[in-house]
Amino acid sequence: MTITKKQTGSTLELALAGRLDTMTAPELEAALSKDMGGADSLILDFSKLDYISSAGLRVLLSAHKAMLGKNGMKVVHVNDIVQEVFEVTGFSDILTIE
Amino acid sequence: MQEITMKAVIDNIPAVTEFIDAQLEAVDCPMKAQMQIDVAIDEIFSNIAHYAYPDGTGDATVRFEYDPKAGEATVCFRDRGVPYNSLDKSDPDVTLPAVERAVGGLGIFLVKKLMDRITYDYVDGMNVLSIIKKIA
Repeated sequence: MTITKKQTGSTLELALAGRLDTMTAPELEAALSKDMGGADSLILDFSKLDYISSAGLRVLLSAHKAMLGKNGMKVVHVNDIVQEVFEVTGFSDILTIE
Repeated sequence: MQEITMKAVIDNIPAVTEFIDAQLEAVDCPMKAQMQIDVAIDEIFSNIAHYAYPDGTGDATVRFEYDPKAGEATVCFRDRGVPYNSLDKSDPDVTLPAVERAVGGLGIFLVKKLMDRITYDYVDGMNVLSIIKKIA
């Protein structure tokens, strides 16, 4: 997985490419803990993400919780597989998905 | 039938996934089904890596079978670790709000949702977990 970072004012945007799974979820966790502190809102761009497993969901949930007191977290450009995973796990009711 | 035996460590998940993907590509599995199976592999192999061998590590064998008549792909995971039937676990409450959410148990639940069938058996000192997905 590769993570491309873009910071615009207080908005942090991370674009993920590849697979967000057991092996790569710690990379996202590390990127978030490094850069999320200075951001008021977080955008995760999944347009190049192939799929997500529960290890990735775990990281998304803690990032979502961390951003609750701020301007929030948004996940954009999810593919069919990722959307299906969000729906069956109820994450589509928790996360803001565009 | 093709199979691969590796140490049950999470570092081997990419190799297992690559092995199964090659089998799926050989039978013209649609990309969506392949990715759903890849998610299932991540969940199951990581479970084996984390819990099967508490005193260290052991092997896990991953076998691929395709039934062209039924159009069904089967991926079977075997390990000689602690007997553990993950299908016994009750499903997590997926309607809880974020703050009350625990992500434990979500992995195998996801596998149940993405696959058509899952079977578990303990035979000859082995955990045998199979996932079956219709791909054609």
